[in-house]
Amino acid sequence: MKFAELIEIWQNTNLEFSEIILAQEMIETGRDPEKVKQVLSNLLKVMFEEAEKNFGKRFETLTGLTGDNAYKLANAKPKMMSEFNYVATVVALSMGESNASMGRIVACPTAGSCGVVPGAAYALWKVQRADFNDLLKSFIVASGIGNVVAKRATLSGAAGGCQAEIGTATAMASGLLTYYYSNDPIKVGHAAALALKALMGLVCDPVGGFVEVPCVKRNGNAVNVAIATAEMALAGIESVIPFDEVVEAMYEVGKSLPESLRETGLGGIAATKTAKEVVEKIRENWKGAE
Amino acid sequence: MGLLEVSGPVMTGPSSSHTLGALRIARFVYKLMGIPESVVFTLHGSFALTYKGHGTDRALLAGIIGLKADDPRVKEAYDLAKDVGLKYEFEFADLGDVHPNTVLIKARKGDLYNEVEGSSIGGGAIRITKINGVECSLAGDYPALVVVNKDRPGALKGILDCINTNIANVYLRRVNALKGIALTIIELDENPTEEVLECIRTLKNVIEVCAVRLEEGEMI
Repeated sequence: MKFAELIEIWQNTNLEFSEIILAQEMIETGRDPEKVKQVLSNLLKVMFEEAEKNFGKRFETLTGLTGDNAYKLANAKPKMMSEFNYVATVVALSMGESNASMGRIVACPTAGSCGVVPGAAYALWKVQRADFNDLLKSFIVASGIGNVVAKRATLSGAAGGCQAEIGTATAMASGLLTYYYSNDPIKVGHAAALALKALMGLVCDPVGGFVEVPCVKRNGNAVNVAIATAEMALAGIESVIPFDEVVEAMYEVGKSLPESLRETGLGGIAATKTAKEVVEKIRENWKGAE
Repeated sequence: MGLLEVSGPVMTGPSSSHTLGALRIARFVYKLMGIPESVVFTLHGSFALTYKGHGTDRALLAGIIGLKADDPRVKEAYDLAKDVGLKYEFEFADLGDVHPNTVLIKARKGDLYNEVEGSSIGGGAIRITKINGVECSLAGDYPALVVVNKDRPGALKGILDCINTNIANVYLRRVNALKGIALTIIELDENPTEEVLECIRTLKNVIEVCAVRLEEGEMI
């Protein structure tokens, strides 16, 4: 299903947009909309629980390459960021680091990009004191955006690079924020398109193949892209290229990326001198532990 | 793939392919035979290269003792395995022309011995590719029966006659020609009942039957 087709149904029926997404899901998978809504509600609750529990914590990650980023930011006084961006960024880093230390996360849409959507949603909940049901509707809309990418392109870093993971997460988060403030699916489409375009071409180059560097900080950066693109869309800024076509373009770019830039840990920053030294050290430590 | 797979699942990090998928493969073996007394995990390819950095070792141990992917104790799997007295070993080998994220699990429990090979094919999805030498392709989204039976005419018919639900797939192979033993793997649309298992168990051609059941809304 194209995003434009969902908008068309919305224009013809004037139903609430999250209801349309749930109805479409029933047509595609046979799943009861109430049940789907319930599971999504649970996913959102788990995100909030984990964000609350892990906010700005220090983590002992599997490789030790990350672990104190959320802690550092949470203990600094922001100089430029708004409270909203700040909270969202701390949460995004916290989720990324919790993930890297085998914490419980919601793979939304993937484990490596698990900080972006919770970052945006938690900031709405905590800073804006948003109502949970409004957040849930916005989260369903975000899921619909991710579903379009999953069906028409890919969510896998190994297949499409980081743009498919973090890029999609950012499009979802941007759509979530935009829907929360506007209830306008057309603006949501522009926000998602702006976000995915901002991260178009992003390669998947994890040091050693581990989900830590650069993944954790990329989550922290990406949630700010989500906020910026949502703000633009809410102001009426439009994406010249519609979301569906941006998704197709992202897929084409992903397929044309060399394998070294698709989660193999062989290209990009993973191929740098420092990365190689760091990985060597980690492997020596493993041997020492055995 | 739908909204729930896009926006979920809840899992233990850090990687859907190297952590979640690994846990699901090991949990399949747990479902097949319960917690074994001893187990050897043979890691291949990317699993072998990055295993500790993705917690693949802990995920495999967690799965084999029956933890689910969203259990907060996955991280402490080494301690938990010790608590239940599980003997475990990790080894690394080239398993041949298989998916890069593949593990071979050899598990023993009393007289029961199973060898299960599985691949984590991305996004947490798995394929069980071999059970006791019989090639198969189980995604872990159907309940399954694994039957060791005498390789005699009518053996398969007897087994199928016991089953009262729709059959999704059947895999069958002679595993020991000398002893005349065959292995039958049957995927079902619904969990087999105790009656079905009892019916199969008491067939004269059946040596052993194990069932992999699914809980509601669960993949392995």
